[in-house]
Amino acid sequence: MTGQSGLGWIDILVILLYLIATGYLGWLGYRGTRSAADFLVGGRSAHPVIMAISYGATFISTAAIVGFGGVAGLFGMSLLWLTFLNIGVGIFIAFVFLGEPTRRMGHRLGAHTFGELLGLRYQSRAVQIFAGTLVFLFMPLYSAAVMTGGSIFAATQFGIDFEVALLIFALITAAYVVPGGLKAVMYTDTLQGFVMIAAMIFLLWFTYSQLGGVGEAHRFLTDMADMVPAKLQAIGHQGWTEMPAFGWGSNSYNLWWIVVSTIILGVGIGVLAQPQLAVRFMTVRSRRELDRAVPIGAVFIMLMTGTPFIVGSLSNAWFAQHGPLLNGQVEQVIDADTDRAMVALMRQNDVGAWTPILGKDKKPAVVPLIITTREQAADASGQGFELVSGRSSIITYVKGEADQVIPTFISTALPRWFGIIFFLAMLAAAMSTMSSQFHTIGTAAGRDLYEQISRKPHGSEPSLLAMRLAVVVGLLVAVTISYTVREGYVIARFTAIFFGLCAAAFMPAYIGGLFFRGVTRAGALASMSVGFGVSAFWLVFIKAKEAGTIGLVQLVTGGKPSLLADAPNWPVVDPIVVALPLSALTLILVSAFTRKPDEAHLAQCFTPRRRARATAS
Amino acid sequence: MLGIPDPWVATAYLGCILMAIVSLIYGLVRRNAAPDEITPVDRDWAIEERKADHDL
Repeated sequence: MTGQSGLGWIDILVILLYLIATGYLGWLGYRGTRSAADFLVGGRSAHPVIMAISYGATFISTAAIVGFGGVAGLFGMSLLWLTFLNIGVGIFIAFVFLGEPTRRMGHRLGAHTFGELLGLRYQSRAVQIFAGTLVFLFMPLYSAAVMTGGSIFAATQFGIDFEVALLIFALITAAYVVPGGLKAVMYTDTLQGFVMIAAMIFLLWFTYSQLGGVGEAHRFLTDMADMVPAKLQAIGHQGWTEMPAFGWGSNSYNLWWIVVSTIILGVGIGVLAQPQLAVRFMTVRSRRELDRAVPIGAVFIMLMTGTPFIVGSLSNAWFAQHGPLLNGQVEQVIDADTDRAMVALMRQNDVGAWTPILGKDKKPAVVPLIITTREQAADASGQGFELVSGRSSIITYVKGEADQVIPTFISTALPRWFGIIFFLAMLAAAMSTMSSQFHTIGTAAGRDLYEQISRKPHGSEPSLLAMRLAVVVGLLVAVTISYTVREGYVIARFTAIFFGLCAAAFMPAYIGGLFFRGVTRAGALASMSVGFGVSAFWLVFIKAKEAGTIGLVQLVTGGKPSLLADAPNWPVVDPIVVALPLSALTLILVSAFTRKPDEAHLAQCFTPRRRARATAS
Repeated sequence: MLGIPDPWVATAYLGCILMAIVSLIYGLVRRNAAPDEITPVDRDWAIEERKADHDL
């Protein structure tokens, strides 16, 4: 079903031309003004379009487009709440409320990493080492999600093995991030951003126009609610244009908790405490640049996440109307008026007889089908039966693999030339995000870990070696994770785990440190420990999907995938729901009863605006 | 109008567009409102950042 025939020479030529153009822009940037810091040093202002697109390209990756777009194909348009939060929280709240305080405090304290910002704010090496360790250990998980997204797309688009695609993707990434990509060349980020914008606008227009316009496309998808696979219906899926069933105490509400707690809240709120994004606020020249970047960033994020979530959902309608025909025998009628039925899939063998197609469980695969034709046929024993043909939702075609939804839709529905453009957009999305991720991994290892543990000065040779080694190790770990873990909607899950961990461990200490003078070192350290500890415990022992994979909980429970396996809904609730409130509460309580920071330090952290202005020029 | 019967999903769909419009208006209204000054502290920070970037 998936994939197109190989990689043609025109494809290779277009990809090479794009890589050369990116390299050339990078070289131009290298010779002159190349990064946000250069603009700042030169006393000049980056154009707000460049600033915002560059930030957006770092924010959005293949994880959002392929991973979460695929989840929307499975679970539907309820994921648009994530887009809403991405714009409202990830751009508006982040830029308007957190950007300027982060920038000012970072500059006054001389912080260059997220861990350093926290460590200097709380005058604590332990805080900085803690933050650096968390980033160094867990960010490769997020990088793996980005890499898996790009590799799955390349594998499907060019009809090559995933392993080959991953190897090529890893080599391109290494070539990009190791020698020069880490310099955060804003022009290359911007070029990549524009490629992504062009691809998303075309993709959205194409999908809606193929399905008869916005209203018609949505109506058709709404009418497909009875085609939702039984397994998803059982956990509360009510159709692709409906929220999952809400409630507590029954497994039929599981999907609501998966979608809302893990996908929407975990990622939508977790973005506020993303180390690689928070640090970017420090590279901004002034509050004015932040204000000017808000509208462009918002439109960019709307296109980058809204489009894949809408298209992922609508790909079900496209396959039901235009997908390849499937054949089989009716097992159970769903709706006689619309001629929909559960059909046991069959294929013709070498001698022309129809035989059942077996599923993963070795039983005949039964899927919902919109029947288009009926005819008489004979099975392997020569017995006659009514053979039906029809189409199904994309879930059937990708065998329930969410990560395959977007790549399969692009390679099947769209013209081949667009597949190449979209691949470049995916490459762009992956590279701009990964360069930022590996930069963060490197600086966390060098500045937050090596320099703090060894008490060596900034920029010493061993520290630089530690940074470079960390980048290479991070890359190898990310590739290994991508290669090893493939089941389920793994891209979205890895992303959500990292975002959730950052939210629970960092958010109260980060936001508290920016806005409240009374937050103490002990409060911050306790909050980070509780946030991380509860999240880790939840992932290892409660959240069934992750705990089951890690395997430790089975030893304790005698084979069950969660300590709360018998309590409905708890095993699908995301750690952030429990860990973030506990982390915030710990920060407040411990800060209330521990020694306050000295006034001189607080004055350095929180210089009043008037005084800051007076020192200008 | 949208063909989305669930008000929660329709709200999310329209909310994304609305939020983008709010951001556009915010950017227009605030485009010159905030000061655009570079302090010596900002410049020192940027020089150190550029050095760190270059080293890496």
